[in-house]
Amino acid sequence: MTTTVAHVHEGTDAPYALSHLDALESEAVHIFREVAGEFEKPVILFSGGKDSIVMLHLALKAFAPAPVPFTLLHVDTGHNFPEVLDYRDRAVAKHGLRLHVASVQEYIDAGKLRERPDGVRNPLQTVPLTEAIQNLKFDAVFGGGRRDEEKARAKERVFSLRDEFSQWDPRRQRPELWQLYNGRHAPGEHVRVFPLSNWTELDVWQYIARENIELPEIYFAHEREVFKRNGMWLTAGEWGGPKKDETTETRLIRYRTVGDMSCTGAVDSDATTLDAVITEIAASRLTERGATRADDKMSEAAMEDRKREGYF
Amino acid sequence: MTSTIEQFTDASATTLLRFATAGSVDDGKSTLVGRLLHDSKSILTDTLEAVEAVSAQRGQDTPDLALLTDGLRAEREQGITIDVAYRYFATARRRFILADTPGHVQYTRNMVTGASTADLAVVLVDARNGVIEQTRRHAAVAALLRVPHVVLAVNKMDLVGYEESVFASIAEEFTAYASDLGVPEITAIPISALAGDNVVEPSAHMDWYGGPTVLEHLETVPVSHDLTACPARFPVQYVIRPQTAEHPDYRGYAGQIASGVLRVGEAVTVLPSGRTSVIEGIDALGESVDIAWAPQSVTVRLKDDIDISRGDLIAPSASAPATTQDVEATVCHVADQPLSVGARVLIKHTTRTVKAIVKEIPSRLTLDDLSQHPNPGQLVANDIGRVVVRTAEPLALDAYADSRRTGSFLLIDPADGTTLAAGMVGESFASKAETTIQADEEGWDF
Repeated sequence: MTTTVAHVHEGTDAPYALSHLDALESEAVHIFREVAGEFEKPVILFSGGKDSIVMLHLALKAFAPAPVPFTLLHVDTGHNFPEVLDYRDRAVAKHGLRLHVASVQEYIDAGKLRERPDGVRNPLQTVPLTEAIQNLKFDAVFGGGRRDEEKARAKERVFSLRDEFSQWDPRRQRPELWQLYNGRHAPGEHVRVFPLSNWTELDVWQYIARENIELPEIYFAHEREVFKRNGMWLTAGEWGGPKKDETTETRLIRYRTVGDMSCTGAVDSDATTLDAVITEIAASRLTERGATRADDKMSEAAMEDRKREGYF
Repeated sequence: MTSTIEQFTDASATTLLRFATAGSVDDGKSTLVGRLLHDSKSILTDTLEAVEAVSAQRGQDTPDLALLTDGLRAEREQGITIDVAYRYFATARRRFILADTPGHVQYTRNMVTGASTADLAVVLVDARNGVIEQTRRHAAVAALLRVPHVVLAVNKMDLVGYEESVFASIAEEFTAYASDLGVPEITAIPISALAGDNVVEPSAHMDWYGGPTVLEHLETVPVSHDLTACPARFPVQYVIRPQTAEHPDYRGYAGQIASGVLRVGEAVTVLPSGRTSVIEGIDALGESVDIAWAPQSVTVRLKDDIDISRGDLIAPSASAPATTQDVEATVCHVADQPLSVGARVLIKHTTRTVKAIVKEIPSRLTLDDLSQHPNPGQLVANDIGRVVVRTAEPLALDAYADSRRTGSFLLIDPADGTTLAAGMVGESFASKAETTIQADEEGWDF
């Protein structure tokens, strides 16, 4: 980042434009500060994935030199990548933050949720998430969702009101005008806030490169034991793979998204640096979620349906 | 235009353009949007395959590009676009955020929403039909929202034999109408979204046209005007006071510069209190700078310890706005419940929310012919009207014509938090043309 005028009108010294990353950063910081100014008890959903890592980085910048005035919440599916949990805990310790964990495994063990036949745990996150929001009385919940991820998300507001059941009703959304965000809500309701709404996958990576942000290693090419299921390379492990008819092999892969191991696929890649990752994404003909998420393929409206129920 | 990897990997060279599209139901808006997305590499293989699969399942021969943009179940079921969706694409020069707004007349509030943050609006016209009522409405909304640049895309030129005279007469009629409304810059482009003429690639069928393609124009139009011409406005969002051993005395005012330029050493006034000080330092997200400009998010430190909190406005003492408790504005009503004279509301202006009462609704505007219906008593969904609002506390307002950021506000229902109306302070349109008062009692069919 430059400290002086980045762009100059020819013939004058008038600054007139920001780079697109500066504009996106400025907008996201504005959103964080609006929430800090208007809500009682906000929380940042933090999974240790790149979008939530960028969110945390922006929050740190927004309130510096003061600490981030929010706690973090992680919905732990019980099938998370160990590297990501390690990153999560280091980030929390480094910035002196407080982390709440809502555990899908605990819900299953207590008989409150049932394991699906396919072993996919992403859809099971909704109940622990919404109960954590209700029990801990959060009134604003930051998510790293981006509108470019999925066409139902393209319709999502930056400030998205959820009822006392955490439900999203796409037909009853508040119009969002200028930069005037309306966060008013009744007791029991909350607002989901998406500061990265206008970012694309490439923006996120370019920003990570510009700001030199550390990421979990699984985002970079490495050799890993994987097996193929539903056309995707999944990490072998105790979570439920491979089955008898599935065989593992060691491949050079990396992850484009980080989620539950049961439904997050790896991509073949030799990109070991940020520059190589950016080059790879710029050339990719597959969307991020299309390449790596099994649960979005369940039906044409899978994301919309889960969001209606309270998913992030 | 073909994209290369290098174009996408140089993050510093690109700027961001926000634009909105407007068009009637069959003007070919989906096709235009589809082509812009497709030819800029923004529709990836798996997305296209999903569209093809669903189209085939429904027995359609060709992929229905509207499925790319209609993201909700209800939209797909009805085959119409209900709500604004935001799309993203990029070229070597720019990143684009497209507010894809429904063309249906009853969704005027959605076009207002899309236009509120747009630097540019594309108004689509079917070359066979020319300028119709809906075109005039779109031009009026763009003018009302003061979108800096308007593109008239005269589509389906292939269906009128690529005739220059057809394009010229439509462009002339639209330009005259939009200029009267005060639209500052109009660029007319003859296109065929279906055949690809002048959308991304120059047309081989219209030698007589020497201007840019739609994409070229989007890539080169200036994103912001000369900000030194606008006085600085800095609404305080949040006060940063670490009170740590490392920063025991740090007190910074965090916010996003709404307009203009702030400089260290500048004398400033804080509104509504009127207290004055001098900018001691500006922290631009971790780095100390001497100068910062809109729309940067920064933290400002002042020489004097004065009482400042969220909702206050910092402005240069030489050009501070007046404060008032009487707001005259044009509003677009965006809620289903009506807004009536006497209603008690909240007004959200920049970072400040105060109680207010609707004193008068002097008129309601017909976008078709810009006529004013006096004293309608109330405004309902999609209505545009003049209002007079009395606020419980003073606000530092600018005219919307001078600043979209400090001249705009929301009216909110204090009972349930619903956003009722989007407000713009001051005169509706840039031109001072006489508005005809019509005592027409016919129904409001908008």
